[in-house]
Amino acid sequence: MKSSLKYQANLLSLLIFVIFVGIWYVTTASQSGVNQLSASTGVGTSTTGMTAEQIEYQKLMGKDVGSQKSTGFPSPLQMAKAAVHHLSDPFYDNGPNDKGIAIQLGYSLLRVGLGFLLACLVAIPFGFIIGMSPLLFKAFNPFIQILKPISPLAWMPLALYTIKDSSLSGIFVIFICSVWPMLINTAFGVSSVKKEWLNVASTLEVSSFRKAFLVILPAAAPTILTGMRISMGIAWLVIVAAEMLVGGTGIGYFLWNEWNNLSLTSVIFSVLLIGLVGMLLDTVFAQLQKWVTYVE
Amino acid sequence: MFAAQPTSKSGNHFLQVQGLSKYYLKTKPIFSDVNFEIDKGEFVCIIGHSGCGKTTILNVLAGLDTASSGYVFMGGKEVKGPSLERGVVFQSHALMPWFTVRQNISFAVQSRWTDWNKEQINQHVEQFVEMVGLSHSIDKKPSELSGGMKQRVGIARAFSIQPKMLLLDEPFGALDALTRGTIQDELMGIVRRTQQTVFMITHDVDEAILLADKIILMKNAVDSPSGYKPGGISQIVANPLPAARKRADLHHLQGYYDLRNHIVDFLIGINKTV
Repeated sequence: MKSSLKYQANLLSLLIFVIFVGIWYVTTASQSGVNQLSASTGVGTSTTGMTAEQIEYQKLMGKDVGSQKSTGFPSPLQMAKAAVHHLSDPFYDNGPNDKGIAIQLGYSLLRVGLGFLLACLVAIPFGFIIGMSPLLFKAFNPFIQILKPISPLAWMPLALYTIKDSSLSGIFVIFICSVWPMLINTAFGVSSVKKEWLNVASTLEVSSFRKAFLVILPAAAPTILTGMRISMGIAWLVIVAAEMLVGGTGIGYFLWNEWNNLSLTSVIFSVLLIGLVGMLLDTVFAQLQKWVTYVE
Repeated sequence: MFAAQPTSKSGNHFLQVQGLSKYYLKTKPIFSDVNFEIDKGEFVCIIGHSGCGKTTILNVLAGLDTASSGYVFMGGKEVKGPSLERGVVFQSHALMPWFTVRQNISFAVQSRWTDWNKEQINQHVEQFVEMVGLSHSIDKKPSELSGGMKQRVGIARAFSIQPKMLLLDEPFGALDALTRGTIQDELMGIVRRTQQTVFMITHDVDEAILLADKIILMKNAVDSPSGYKPGGISQIVANPLPAARKRADLHHLQGYYDLRNHIVDFLIGINKTV
């Protein structure tokens, strides 16, 4: 029964995908047909009757007259070709603006990883402390509440000014956006550990170190992991925007660069890739969450 | 027939509770002037309606709560804060769900004997798991156990640290009647064997008669137009039945019904005055 439901759902997903691609194919096919028509009737620009200087001038103006131009939205077939092209050689490095997709993704994941790790190192111990002490929790709460809703990108100018390094600023932005959900969830998880478990620990005269690691941490772990999962989701959302701003490397920069190149296939390809990687990251944290969850 | 025992304020009792009271509003204490003693190896049950402060008294004895006034002495020393000398079995078993049965008990054993090595701990844990008959489930998580088995683990954990006194907060309240009977028998066997001193809260009159040497009856606070009367101990009844009693033939014993009627009348009696 359960497996048949899964089977049906998968079948339906496949059907939705096929219909989507079909509609995409039909709509873009008619468009490229128009393009071909206009090209064959000679309405578009052509090099005939131009001097070398004029052609050069046209090129400088961004009108690459010699090449076959496609102004329409890419068709699924073009997308597939672009995907194969990007994935066939993902690790090449031809200088600052021309790197393989895997290298760009690697830069983004590295930034997210570093920023996220830093956030873990700060948010979990600090969340632990304010979760244990109602006084500190109340004292820090107004600051957390004010800092939490600030868009991480709003920190960017300050980060650039103080850190003076665009790559490190990117990491800082990831740090600042990951820290709040983790901090709040850790504090909440720690403060809502069942009284009876703490009572058991105190009747056994357990040392505070053992109490923290063997009672409070496992009890709060599911809540902490939920915070980490939310943080990772936000970090992956933010890294794309941050890299668009700071430039240089990363999937966000790649996407923006391809937009400047007017290469819609590459833009769509990177959009899909961002979604895919985001999903994988979330799956990893869902699995971690499963590991630490306990049934009462 | 069941004369209240004289409550001597002096003497060499193992546990002494003197003038205990608890209030949240100073003019309206929940209970006041609670005095009783427990001797070594004695099994004492406390019965009373909900809200009379039984659990508060137990928590004060455990060191988890503080009384508004009064003192508790154990072995001549004042009870201040929780201690490994007093093991507690909680109403809701309070096992750590992320630990297995073995880990739950070894957590306690390791806290008691911090210098023990793994093997010593394991041997000790296995001994106490066997005592409650759960050797086959020693590596299971509490979520895989039935309610009765969980409570058994709770009992094994409390016994495993070999405390000088055991405090049981209505440990069988959440169990069905059949399971409860079995575990009562087990508990009684273990307590008789180990000569454990026990203080236990119960709502079950038969349970109290079966297990206790001494039954403390508590009354609720009364707030009537004529004035506020705080709750407290109404009577302390000594159990006259032979120590070797069993659950199965309890109702055949001479004096069982007299004792039972006495306690039930008392419990209904307080209901009427409220």
